[in-house]
Amino acid sequence: MIIDGTTALIEVEEGIKVIPGANTIIASVDKLVNWGRKSSIWPMTFGLACCAIEMMATGASHYDLDRFGVVFRGSPRQSDAIIIAGTLTKKMAPIVRMVYDQMPAPRYVIAMGSCACSGGIYNTYSTVQGVDTILPVDIFIPGCPPRPEALLDGLIKLQELISKEYFNWSRWR
Amino acid sequence: MSPQDIAEIIKSQFPSDVMEMIKFRDQVSILVNKSRITEMMTYLHDSPDLSFDYLADLCGVDYLGRKDHRFEVVYNLLSIKHNHQIRIKAFVTETDCSIDSVVGIWAGANWLERECYDMFGITFNNHPDLRRVLMPEDWDGYPLRKDYPLKSDLGEKEWNGLKEVIQSAERNKIHEAR
Repeated sequence: MIIDGTTALIEVEEGIKVIPGANTIIASVDKLVNWGRKSSIWPMTFGLACCAIEMMATGASHYDLDRFGVVFRGSPRQSDAIIIAGTLTKKMAPIVRMVYDQMPAPRYVIAMGSCACSGGIYNTYSTVQGVDTILPVDIFIPGCPPRPEALLDGLIKLQELISKEYFNWSRWR
Repeated sequence: MSPQDIAEIIKSQFPSDVMEMIKFRDQVSILVNKSRITEMMTYLHDSPDLSFDYLADLCGVDYLGRKDHRFEVVYNLLSIKHNHQIRIKAFVTETDCSIDSVVGIWAGANWLERECYDMFGITFNNHPDLRRVLMPEDWDGYPLRKDYPLKSDLGEKEWNGLKEVIQSAERNKIHEAR
């Protein structure tokens, strides 16, 4: 196939152009990096209470998180996101923060369930009133516990958030 | 053996220690003096007619403003051999907030007594390992006491571990990309 100056680039999506027949895509680094990141969110497995059961159900074959490129990891060093699924006690808070600190950037936090969002019904001496007191939360998923559809929606919202990122791949970001 | 009969036996065996017998819906509780609690428990465990070989539960109660003695330690005993039960309540005052441990009689009492200490601050004498079991070891106060704050905001009494985490989160905020 001969590329000549007259062949017009085809814009398949905003900011992404394809050279017809040349098997070539022209896009900004932002677009490329964000596309890569949002298509392989690997969350840290972090179940604290009953929400973890719903998180497992979402990961299992019926709802199948793998089709979004979401694969649960057992190590924070291999994770991009952390799903705080369940009630966060004050005793557990330093450990959650430690796990979060071990994750490489860029890292995202999903607060799953009303306990993780706000403390829920547990306004007691031992419960942290929302994980946003100790972590920068990106997505809040309400529900007690949220259904798998809600968790899927939260992950899709996180994908939208990642795809809108700008210059988040450079050393000077 | 019916709970009433068991209570009568205990009363005849320890006449000066049994303060009160309470019967409610065929469940009999006896309120006892704590001074000879291990002696009484050893008798209940070893006596062939009673043979309470299983301590089903041990817990504390705070009767702040309701009774003269503030705390009670409740022993729920079950005999697997004879299939009968009894509830023993030993009262503990706030000024002398301690009671003898029964770990030597039922090894399962170990963590139950630790929990009771953790939540009510009742000290168990001769306990092999009396540490907090649920709350962090440097926690201030005993949460299930009636004069402890009910809601999550503990103010000045907040646990240092949580304060440190919140401070470190504040410090690290500038490193977050967003």
